[in-house]
Amino acid sequence: MSDIKNILQKHILVLDGAMGTMLQQYNFSEEDFRGERFKEYPSSLKGNNDLLSLTQPEAIATIHAKYFEAGADIVETNTFSGTTIAMADYDMEDLVYELNYESAKIAKRVAEEFTKQNPDKPRFVAGSIGPTNKTASLSPDVNRPEYRAITFEELRVAYKQQVEALIDGGVDLLLVETIFDTLNAKAALFAIEEVKEDRDIDIPIMVSGTITDASGRTLSGQTVEAFLASISHIPLLSVGFNCALGAEQLKPYLQRLSNETEFYTSAHPNAGLPNAFGEYEESPKQMQAYIEEYLQDDLINIIGGCCGTSPAHIKAIAAVAKKYAPRKLQIQA
Amino acid sequence: MKETKPKYLTLSGLEPLVVTPESNFINVGERTNVTGSRKFLRLIKEEKYEEALSVARDQVEGGAQIIDVNMDEGMLDGKYAMVKFLNLIASEPDISRVPLMIDSSKWEIIEAGLQVAQGKCVVNSISLKEGEAEFIRQAKLVKRYGAAVIVMAFDENGQADTYERRIEICKRSYDVLVDVVKFAPQDIIFDPNIFPVATGMDEHRLNALDFFRATKWIRENLPYANVSGGVSNVSFSFRGNNTVREAINAAFLYHAIQNGMNMGIVNPTMLEVYDEIDKDLLKHVEDVLFDRSDDATERLLDFAETVKGNVKEDVTKVLEWRSNPLQERITHALVKGIDAFIIEDVEEARQIAERPIEVIEGHLMIGMSVVGDLFGSGKMFLPQVVKSARVMKKAVAYLQPFIEEAKKAPKSPKGTYYWKTADPILYGLLKNYAKEMRSKPTHAEEVLWNELSGKKLDGFKFRRQHIIGSYITDFICLKQSLIIEIDGLIHQLPENKISDEERTKWLADNGYRVIRFTNDAVLSDLENVLESISAELKVSPLGTEGARFAGKILMATVKGDVHDIGKNIVSVVLGCNNYEIIDLGVMVPPEKIVETAIKENVDIIGLSGLITPSLDEMVYVSKSLEKKNITIPIIIGGATTSRAHTSVKIAPNYSNTVVHINDASRAVTVVGELLNRNNKIYKEQIREEYDKFREQFLSRTRKKEYLTIEDARKNKFAIDWKTSQITKPKQLGIQDFQDFDITKLEDFIDWSPFFRSWDLHGKYPDILTDEVVGEQATELFKDAQELLQRVFQEKLLKAKAVFGLFPANTVNDDDIEVTVGDCHAELVEASQKETLNFLTLRQQSKKAVGKPNLSISDFIAPKESGIQDYMGAFCVSTGFGTAELAKQFEDAHDDYNSIMIKALADRLAEAYAEYLHKEVRTKYWSYAADEKLSNQDLIKESYKGIRPAPGYPACPDHLEKRTIWQLLDVDNRIGVALTESLAMWPAASVSGYYFANPEAKYFGLGKIKEDQLADYAKRRTISLEEAEKWLSPNVAD
Repeated sequence: MSDIKNILQKHILVLDGAMGTMLQQYNFSEEDFRGERFKEYPSSLKGNNDLLSLTQPEAIATIHAKYFEAGADIVETNTFSGTTIAMADYDMEDLVYELNYESAKIAKRVAEEFTKQNPDKPRFVAGSIGPTNKTASLSPDVNRPEYRAITFEELRVAYKQQVEALIDGGVDLLLVETIFDTLNAKAALFAIEEVKEDRDIDIPIMVSGTITDASGRTLSGQTVEAFLASISHIPLLSVGFNCALGAEQLKPYLQRLSNETEFYTSAHPNAGLPNAFGEYEESPKQMQAYIEEYLQDDLINIIGGCCGTSPAHIKAIAAVAKKYAPRKLQIQA
Repeated sequence: MKETKPKYLTLSGLEPLVVTPESNFINVGERTNVTGSRKFLRLIKEEKYEEALSVARDQVEGGAQIIDVNMDEGMLDGKYAMVKFLNLIASEPDISRVPLMIDSSKWEIIEAGLQVAQGKCVVNSISLKEGEAEFIRQAKLVKRYGAAVIVMAFDENGQADTYERRIEICKRSYDVLVDVVKFAPQDIIFDPNIFPVATGMDEHRLNALDFFRATKWIRENLPYANVSGGVSNVSFSFRGNNTVREAINAAFLYHAIQNGMNMGIVNPTMLEVYDEIDKDLLKHVEDVLFDRSDDATERLLDFAETVKGNVKEDVTKVLEWRSNPLQERITHALVKGIDAFIIEDVEEARQIAERPIEVIEGHLMIGMSVVGDLFGSGKMFLPQVVKSARVMKKAVAYLQPFIEEAKKAPKSPKGTYYWKTADPILYGLLKNYAKEMRSKPTHAEEVLWNELSGKKLDGFKFRRQHIIGSYITDFICLKQSLIIEIDGLIHQLPENKISDEERTKWLADNGYRVIRFTNDAVLSDLENVLESISAELKVSPLGTEGARFAGKILMATVKGDVHDIGKNIVSVVLGCNNYEIIDLGVMVPPEKIVETAIKENVDIIGLSGLITPSLDEMVYVSKSLEKKNITIPIIIGGATTSRAHTSVKIAPNYSNTVVHINDASRAVTVVGELLNRNNKIYKEQIREEYDKFREQFLSRTRKKEYLTIEDARKNKFAIDWKTSQITKPKQLGIQDFQDFDITKLEDFIDWSPFFRSWDLHGKYPDILTDEVVGEQATELFKDAQELLQRVFQEKLLKAKAVFGLFPANTVNDDDIEVTVGDCHAELVEASQKETLNFLTLRQQSKKAVGKPNLSISDFIAPKESGIQDYMGAFCVSTGFGTAELAKQFEDAHDDYNSIMIKALADRLAEAYAEYLHKEVRTKYWSYAADEKLSNQDLIKESYKGIRPAPGYPACPDHLEKRTIWQLLDVDNRIGVALTESLAMWPAASVSGYYFANPEAKYFGLGKIKEDQLADYAKRRTISLEEAEKWLSPNVAD
């Protein structure tokens, strides 16, 4: 693998767009989700997008390919919910290793094909590590504020398994993303550090938080700077934000992040804010315009899209990203 | 060019704390430390965590920038206490905004603390005490958990107590951390040990000075490292003499900072301002700190005696808000989520309130609405609201027993309720009277008693002629606090009405609900009366004495969604407001919602979801409920939900009310309205509001989506003319009725619009028994009937009608060519034309796939089909005589009847139109000869074929009336004229077309575009301006 850090010094790298949005277009039925293998599975499986890596691998590969075609340098594995914690909703805890491993394999295979076609533009695979569906620093029960539905230790164990499977499957980097509770992310980072130490390897880590609304805070209440302080204790490739907001709304927070961090920055905003029906309507062109402002203001090293973005969005983003020099790092004195 | 970024210690809670050279001394709060605060230890031991939290809050409010938490006490499970307390702090945004210092001598407690803190904390502390290996192990973990660390100047040989030992250990620790562990140097904070001065022992004489020197050395020789210390320790030997302690602390701190200590643990209440220390005292203190003379300690001790007793009370910081008025205090507590005083405040409120429930409905809800406003405007965020809800819940829990108590009426020694319900002084007098009345019931009372006695009605026990206070009630159900009064004619007298009102008010104030029926109602409509009583019995008497649950609410996060924070907030807030919550949790399948709604007989169904597919799921759930004929109001909430989505996608699928709630505090109001006994108006309002919203929304979203008129015509409503049933009218041509027997119309009157014209909203006949407007409606209806009978008997109004049925075919898509032929000789002669054209307008907005762009011409077979079709036109009027009558009334200053007669004439005209349509359907045209429809069916327009009127939604073009007038010769035949603006005169007239095709239906034209307008002007042979003038409400901008 060509050293992504060297490339980042010269270019802005483009991350892919939404997987879920693309999968929606397939309109997979319960049967499609199940495939042959899970035909008799006792729980309902529709909506378990991660499972599609096993039951509809070609669809996943096709989506990866579309994003690479659109100009993405990095695609994310289809493993957003690939932990025992998130998979418990579908009673599929036992499949977690396989899901991550296969997802990584699929993405890596597609990436290698593209790299082979154009060795000057090496393509990378980021292992997507989602937030799970539980929060370690918020109580789900308002009457028991001291209660936690999940512990750091449980998260650490779950994340470690996911990280190991992703690395075994061949991912080039790890992306801890859509962080709405920083403590969950800290558990993920803890697990990653353990794996790095156990295996004596280094693997670049991207961290991407989520500012949930106009309060400018994460769901767990942290400001941009507090979030950054909480996750900067290990060497990261990049830190950034994704989801919840569109490119336009995200900019002020990105600005603050960019001012404060010594790491590379990333952003993969949504295609605007959802309309009344939960649809994202921002066109590639609109989004491109907002992203271009990031670039003009020198805020970004890695840029992509989250909910509602499509290969068309990524193509527009890649086109504009090409025109600008990457943000320079601040080196600590 | 690469910029350089300096390395500063950066910590975080919810907010960051960056320690720069410009930063003032970082003050670490020390009072949440069981080793340093007896009070805190006691609170933790007794598990009084709420109060313990207020200790933490006081520190933050008092300016602590970091709070140190220590649970090291032999009798405590330190790990449990640490985790629990830190978790609690995490739920208190005004505390957790600052970083935490996790303080323990036990590594396992530190680690447990680190595992529950999302921010960047400080570990207090690690050291080389147990050797380098353990030091490295712990440091690595600290790093991995993302914390900064305090390193004690301690090694295998013990604590550093000299300058040399301090710098030796600190240097060694620093090198191991930076070189071996790769610890960020700015994240290292040294604690070079602050020891007491003036102990009287020689080896302690340099304690302060050595600390200062070591601090200076560290700051100069160990890059980026910070220095901290526990300041109060330095004055330990002056325990009990706060004046001296505070002076020593202040002076020590001042000099330590001068030497480079940049953070530390200081009790701000144990600290004098350096500049304000008495000069003499300061000199004595500094002599000790700097070991300026051999007898410095002696002299300070002597001097200390002189200031002893001059003790400044360690008064807890005055909580200013506590001196505010009660409501402000309660609101403050709710907004800030402070529950330390809520019980005492609520108790105070309860003392003032007449009924405990009023504290919830009043004081607490006022506070919660402030919370709601702040949340809504983004000035509070989620955890704060959750906290507010908790305070609320606590307050409610406190009130609950009082509410329960109030519900129970005290019993007399005999075990009856009489003692409570009757005024004891009047009781004797009233008793005899009541007895007498019981033996002489009116006929209506007898009839009703027959139904109510012996628990016949739903098993509720009723008493009659029961004494409440100074009143005798007709019937009462004590359990439900429901009183039923039967009013004879005597109540209609004004003075009686007033006394009824007074009495109802008194009874209501005392917790009773009163419902009234007239003698007539009981005698003639017993079934409805019983139904009303039955309905009343089911309503919980909350807000009177009772605190039974105000309603049962099902809450569920819909299938496929796991987000339930918002739902839980709503549940809690509603729970606080005395609703029983049945929370089905997350990922709830629709079947379960339906099943539970039925089984639990819930009053409201709450659906929540955060992710976008949940929107569709909610639609699905509402459809499932509708399918099961469930008529329970639905409330919708969650981040992606919206009023637009609710009104456009959900409400149309559900017959009962659907309300979108955008924040938890509004939930209370909405639910309250929905469960109010008089919820009809609210529900109607919501429905209307949403309908309107939907219309606006849809028309807005479709703004640019119009078809050209050509394309709209291509998408016309296609009737299969080969198979379509076309009936040739039995009798073609025009007929008129000059003196119609108006009494025949009585049964055809649709009364609901009549009430609406008087601003009384509701459906007839339910409106007559409506809780709110029933009385007025009944009165009005009685008056209307009176006048109507007079009209009938004295033949005050004259009804006339004309209609014609003609061969017709659609030509050029949108015109209907009517063949006048034999039936209208004058017209044919005058115009030399055998035909007349009706011009129609066509919907132009872009439709969903498969939906046509309608025009009424689509209901008539096109000429090119070769099939002969037919249509009709009519005009009826019952307005002849109205104006005269109205004038008579006006002259007699009887505006009431003047309006009444007009309203009645309008109703009669509509009734006549209905009647005539029926006659046409069944006789003259006879395409529905054997239809059997009731008046209700007619109102619901269940008949076959339509009779749209020009000026109404399907055909808004008023100019068409001219064509009808021409065609039917309306003016001459029945004398109804068209005004300049094409209104009909007399006003009580109706005109329109008849379409017989079974597929004909009413619709709304909506907006049309310029191209159709131009086309229309051409067809009408008028100017574009004139066309626009007539059609402007329908022309899209």
